[in-house]
Amino acid sequence: MNTTASALAERYGARNWHDQRPDLASVVLDPSRLRDALAWLRDFGGYKHLSFATAIDNIERNAFTLTYTLRNHEKGHSLIVHCDIDRGHPVMESIHLLWEQAWTYQREMREWFGIDFPGSPRVDEEFVLEGWEGPPMMRRDFDSLEYSNAIYAERPGRETRDPASYMKEKLYPEVAG
Amino acid sequence: MSDKKNTLAPLANEGLPPEERGFFCDAAPREYAPAQGVLEDFYNWARSQSLWVLGFGTGCGAIELRPLMTSRFDMYRYGIQPRPTPRQSSVFVIGGYASVKTLKRIVRSYEQMMGPKFVVALGSCTINGGMYWDSYNTIKRIDQYIPVDVYIAGCMPRPEALLSGFLELKRIIREGAAEGQNEYARNFDWYKANQKNVIKDWNMPDYNW
Repeated sequence: MNTTASALAERYGARNWHDQRPDLASVVLDPSRLRDALAWLRDFGGYKHLSFATAIDNIERNAFTLTYTLRNHEKGHSLIVHCDIDRGHPVMESIHLLWEQAWTYQREMREWFGIDFPGSPRVDEEFVLEGWEGPPMMRRDFDSLEYSNAIYAERPGRETRDPASYMKEKLYPEVAG
Repeated sequence: MSDKKNTLAPLANEGLPPEERGFFCDAAPREYAPAQGVLEDFYNWARSQSLWVLGFGTGCGAIELRPLMTSRFDMYRYGIQPRPTPRQSSVFVIGGYASVKTLKRIVRSYEQMMGPKFVVALGSCTINGGMYWDSYNTIKRIDQYIPVDVYIAGCMPRPEALLSGFLELKRIIREGAAEGQNEYARNFDWYKANQKNVIKDWNMPDYNW
């Protein structure tokens, strides 16, 4: 894998290569060079299969971390490519011309995180939600409870207890009391 | 669309494209007028002896319906059997949590069922949201959207609880107290407003008959 690591670093400025397991590594790339690097990995690195793509909301550093998982079936090795994009302007180059199935993942990210992939087929269509009018719900600043309370009627009389303290109270009243 | 229907209770069907509106029912549901005296009792007895369950598992609790069909629990001995379409069914079992997307199908299926029809809601989720109390996409109580005759509490209820719920439903039907369908017709506007409040992309008839 080290040849891949050094080639990626040399050609595309990849950094932070990390071997998590013998069959799994991760690497960080800049968004501007991501597409080229993925094309190189597909055509010359042996990572012919895009097995997964998703995003992580790193709100602390104001970034969405896009995560592409590639698979080299000949060597039995997976490579996770991370790439930070600006959270305030979440637009990323589409890779559906490299792997056709990527448009599904991109459509998912568009709906769940609000990340746009211009040119990706059907990217603006609904993915799993129907008629969703709220903000992208997988963003960490989306408050699910607040949204739920505002939209869905509640039956009064529901009691919520902290499981740990309630169990303690019930099972060991002498300690809790 | 006859003029008579329009004068009775015309529904706008605004969710449909104009050219399709004429294909669908534009009348709101009407209340069922019971037969006189003993005859209605006989009808109710017959209804309670033949509950046909719509085979639409709307949530995880639907998994508990399967054992009922097996020899161990054997719901057929109570005259309960699954049917493949809403048109043939008289009981709708809401199998636990309902996302907004599923709710749309629930409403559609419920309205397509022929009367007399009854709803059994199983699981905590149908009662007060259960473990989905803070979900952005799961409704918290089903009785805001369709009328419920019997609740079966639990997360999830065992097949024995389901059988007990069905027997309770039969008792209610025999008493002539299973008024869900009439309630729906009486409060149709309220139910419809609630449904449209959460189902934002309403692209079906206002009454799916």
